[in-house]
Amino acid sequence: MNGEASQPWLVGAVRRLGNAGMFLLQALSGMKCSFFHAGETMRQIYYIGVRSLIIIMMSGFFVGLVMTLQTYDTLNRFGAGDSVSTVLGLSLFKELGPVLTAILFAGRAGTAVAAEIGLMRATEQIDALDLMGIDPLERIVQPRLLAGIIAVPVLTLIFNFMALLGGVVFGIGIMGIDPITFWGNMQNSIGLWEDFGTGMLKAVAFGVIASWLAVYFGWTAKPTSEGVASATTSTVIATAISVLLLDFVLSALML
Amino acid sequence: MVRSGQLVLDDFNLEVPAGKVTAIMGPSGSGKTTVLKLITGQLKPDAGRVFVGDIDVCELDRGDLNAVRRHIGVLLQNGALLTDMTCFDNVALPLREHTELPKSLIEKLVLLKLQAVGLRGAAQMYPQQLSGGMVRRVATARALALDPDLMLYDEPFAGLDPISLAAVGRLIRQINRVVGITSLVITHDVGEVSKFADYACIMANGQVVACGVPDQLGSDDNEIIRQFLDGLPDGPVPFHYPAPDLETQLLGESE
Repeated sequence: MNGEASQPWLVGAVRRLGNAGMFLLQALSGMKCSFFHAGETMRQIYYIGVRSLIIIMMSGFFVGLVMTLQTYDTLNRFGAGDSVSTVLGLSLFKELGPVLTAILFAGRAGTAVAAEIGLMRATEQIDALDLMGIDPLERIVQPRLLAGIIAVPVLTLIFNFMALLGGVVFGIGIMGIDPITFWGNMQNSIGLWEDFGTGMLKAVAFGVIASWLAVYFGWTAKPTSEGVASATTSTVIATAISVLLLDFVLSALML
Repeated sequence: MVRSGQLVLDDFNLEVPAGKVTAIMGPSGSGKTTVLKLITGQLKPDAGRVFVGDIDVCELDRGDLNAVRRHIGVLLQNGALLTDMTCFDNVALPLREHTELPKSLIEKLVLLKLQAVGLRGAAQMYPQQLSGGMVRRVATARALALDPDLMLYDEPFAGLDPISLAAVGRLIRQINRVVGITSLVITHDVGEVSKFADYACIMANGQVVACGVPDQLGSDDNEIIRQFLDGLPDGPVPFHYPAPDLETQLLGESE
């Protein structure tokens, strides 16, 4: 039995959190703004951002549909069915949009990043870079980290847009709510900064968390098939829990 | 040198002559790859020093170590080409990272390096489209990209068919003859060594047990050398991993 396995789980968890924090600092401190790295970051934005569009758009649309359906049904019992857009907008912009996007991002792109980096370690690609005098953190980790931080807020915007579209389809298209009432209620009750802005701030924070955990678990994966599988699972679990926890903390702070 | 609680190298002393091809042979687990990792500075010895030319690599910080690594070409066991890049881009990577050469010159240099390993025609192919032998040849071209003073080959013949094996062996010899660099080849392929190496050393139990011209080693009476060269399953290097007495263990379990 090795030392790490025999230590109490809390000590192990704190140690891992510390390692992950040091890893993030190390990756961010050496960030360079060269043409090559901008190109590589753009390529990663395509792989982890653009390729996540389908799941984000589909999920956003159906979340909007279901939310509007359930909310309209409940509000209508009190004769307030027309206010559905207020509830939809507030819950989407402040909570559901950023949270669900980050969790979906972790499932679609975070796992891919963790598996890719884990496999690069297993197949000695990271060692090869190191041996060529090329910093693997700079070449592998930084572009993916940056791409995730940029992609998540943009995906959140797209998720919100699609969810609103779902709301419009159900609310205006199917239930026949007056479009002026629908948009007017939303405009009157949602503040640009206090609702939409704070939601986007959360999206940036979740983007950092989701991409940080993905590159960290990939980087520290054991160089075996089991190690890579474990890294992808850990990425989803840790990201989901961290995002939900951080969402509560940020919501409490921003109230 | 202790790794994972086991003594890997003990009282180890090796001098590699400049401008020659030296082979290090030995059974699996004898510490050959550890020697390579000590030379490249991936591992630091618990005691002792490692010199590359006049430079003690154990004393170097990260920046200086990377500078030294630019003068060392390393062929890892499976080639370790970056799988998201073509062969051309793999070979061009160290040139793009470490030189300010214009794009057109880099292109010419890469094609020349690929020509040297016979794979100019595969420049636009991805590593997953190549055979194991071809991957190692491209990786050799990449290791040679910056015209290193020292080439390290880690098990270059492992898992190759006879044609690829002969091609890689001939390549090692040619590179040494044409460019005049120092080469260190880690292998356990006894049959191939005399075809390309000027000197050969045999390692066992973490020590160098013999060094000399390959043909001379064949007539050595040392028990370990005989066991290795004749492929005897048991001898000074035991077939069985240390374990409790079989009879005691079996009877103990049945009781």
